[in-house]
Amino acid sequence: MRHGRVPFIIGFLIAPVTIYVVFVIWPYVQTFYLSMTNWTGYQTKDWIGFDNYRRMFREDVFWEAIKHHAIILVALPLVTIIIALFFAYLLNIGGRSRQGTGLKGVWGSNVYRIVFFFPQLLALPIIGVLFTTVYRPNSSGLIDGVLIKLGAQPIGWLTEKNLALWSVIAVLVWQAVGFYVVLFSAGMASIPKDILEAAEIDGATQGTLFFRVTLPLLWDTLQVAWVYLGIAAFDAFAIVDVLTVEQGGPDHSTTVLAEEIYRNAFQNGKPAYASAMGVALFFLTITFAALTLRVTRRETVEL
Amino acid sequence: MSDSPSTPSRRALLRNAAALGIVAVPSYSLLSACATSGGDDNGGSNAGGTKSAANPLGVKEDAPLDVVIFNGGYGDKYATDVHEPMYKKAFPKANVKHESVTEIAKTLQPRLSGNTDVPDVVDNSGSGLLDFGQLVANKQLADLAPLWDAPSVDDPNKKVKDTVVAGTPDVGAFNGSQYVLYYVSTVFGIWYSGKQFKDKGWTVPTKWDEFLALCDNIKKAGITPFGYAGANAAYYMWNVILTSAAKIGGADVLKAIDNLEDGAWTSDPVKQAAAAWAEVGAKYSDKAFLGLKHTDVQLQQNQYKLAMYPSGDWLSNEQSKSTPPDFQYQMMANPAVTAGDKMPATTVRATAGEGFFVAEHGPNKLGGLEYLRQMLSKAGGNGFTKLTKSPTVVLGASEGIDLGPGVTSSQAALKAAGDNVVNLFFDGWYAELDKEARTATNELFYGGGTADAFCSRIQKKADSIKADSSVTKFKR
Repeated sequence: MRHGRVPFIIGFLIAPVTIYVVFVIWPYVQTFYLSMTNWTGYQTKDWIGFDNYRRMFREDVFWEAIKHHAIILVALPLVTIIIALFFAYLLNIGGRSRQGTGLKGVWGSNVYRIVFFFPQLLALPIIGVLFTTVYRPNSSGLIDGVLIKLGAQPIGWLTEKNLALWSVIAVLVWQAVGFYVVLFSAGMASIPKDILEAAEIDGATQGTLFFRVTLPLLWDTLQVAWVYLGIAAFDAFAIVDVLTVEQGGPDHSTTVLAEEIYRNAFQNGKPAYASAMGVALFFLTITFAALTLRVTRRETVEL
Repeated sequence: MSDSPSTPSRRALLRNAAALGIVAVPSYSLLSACATSGGDDNGGSNAGGTKSAANPLGVKEDAPLDVVIFNGGYGDKYATDVHEPMYKKAFPKANVKHESVTEIAKTLQPRLSGNTDVPDVVDNSGSGLLDFGQLVANKQLADLAPLWDAPSVDDPNKKVKDTVVAGTPDVGAFNGSQYVLYYVSTVFGIWYSGKQFKDKGWTVPTKWDEFLALCDNIKKAGITPFGYAGANAAYYMWNVILTSAAKIGGADVLKAIDNLEDGAWTSDPVKQAAAAWAEVGAKYSDKAFLGLKHTDVQLQQNQYKLAMYPSGDWLSNEQSKSTPPDFQYQMMANPAVTAGDKMPATTVRATAGEGFFVAEHGPNKLGGLEYLRQMLSKAGGNGFTKLTKSPTVVLGASEGIDLGPGVTSSQAALKAAGDNVVNLFFDGWYAELDKEARTATNELFYGGGTADAFCSRIQKKADSIKADSSVTKFKR
């Protein structure tokens, strides 16, 4: 090791590591500690061991929230990735190749690329407010307004207990697709054109081209997308809080852990209990990320 | 007790770092960065000054005063233009610092818990208010007993407590100690348009069958008879149900609920009231309201699409911009549910809202008490009512001010009720129970639920709170 290299590295790392420790690691440590106390937000607090956790495991709403995370965890990545892949394929490869022009996207793909990305630019609460109007269950709602004009019965998108969670998931998908279209587009751009063209000359149909060539070469990107979306599935707070009836309702049918954390910490005056839920959320997220990376590990195709 | 039950844009913390959404975990600790470290007690000016006739509490004359006002439905002009100048006039050497805040808890929690920069007087209101129960349990509030027993500003021979609506000190009492001044007089009832009722020839019902017949008539006219906003204002409706329960079984029904007594929610009066209102929900409302916010539903009433709407008497002020000039807001008391009701049909729920407290650890505690004393003078109450069109708890302070048809009618209803006034405290004491009651009410009224399910699920929650040693209990 050359002389002076160590101070050089330390010099670069000191600022980011300090910021990370102070604003990320230290609050985590505090959260773990607080979850073992009966702190109510003021000065006195006693160590109460695992009481908060025992209470949490007995509470129905906690399990309800876990159930919703499980549903979102399957539905959100699956639907988002399918739609985003489809769009990205159309934008980059799916256009009919004309003689001598090579592979390209469908007509107008540059415009679509920008349009698909729009939802990503909006802050989540704004999307929540937007969709309250989309889902409003009377004649001034975007969907139900049309239904009523057509003489149909309005649908309680957010007021039917069996439907509300799916309405929330639809918003999450709508918001996420744009980003993954761009992500997959970048992935597809890195696939050498000659491989695709060779396949096409060999008589591969669009389907074969997609499933046998493009998809395997995109595996790494897909894996990243799955982890990101999975972690997003453990959040969903902003949309649930702004959009749903009585923040997580009706009757807790759309609640998520972050919503319960917020409610307990800031409305019920039980920050210690909320910290216990935060710790649960922490372990869920970590477990998910580790599992996904382990399960989806497979050999990368060398290009 | 402000006009907005809940506002959506209150999440500033849990977002960002979106790529790794696990940020939700540390957010609380981030908020109060020194959550697990202590704070120093600040000395301040609590030593006090000389007591005199003009200064009965013995405030130090040049001690600065820090006033935090919730800038919501009532604005904050009443403080900057009326109360603070009054304090300054009484203590010309004192510097009054005014802070206008919309998210009280987010702003003050770190300051109170860290014991740094603690304000002296706080108007703790709005949807983001500090939990009063927790404040009391953590000894953050100054006892107001010296204020209530002090001579009043207008008449030194009268104590402050004798110049306000009877019972005001006790509305803000927790387990017998008076900690909060609820300043604004609030009456709850069912609101309708005087013009609409007159035009259609509808009359105000006092008996239940009259009420149902009226609902039938309204429905025939193509108007939604009754409804509330399920998305964020379901407590307007549990308020109606419980007021009906009190009429059926007497005021003790509500006392039992507040005191978390066994079977308080499953008692017959509560069941009867719930069943009666469930029928109204099933037959005479619009299920779409479950998905609407209070502003949407109130607007529909202003457009004459909804006939009756339960609320408190801040409603007419809140809606002043969207109300047609001839709308004529009027308030009726809940109709009697049974012929054998224990309380008369004129019974209403009345309380005082907009809770002010003096911080126990504030640098100028005595100044804080004095500020409240000035607020409770006739000039203080009069100035508030002039600016906000809302009557205060100060007796006779709103005389000669035109309150508009809405508040005038609710004040008339309060007068008609006489001694038959009921009140509820459980929602302020146990936020979780309020939440469960809201959810259950939506289920009952819009979700086709039964009265039995309504009562038993809230009872279950009440029982679990009662058994939870970490929750501070209150009694009245």
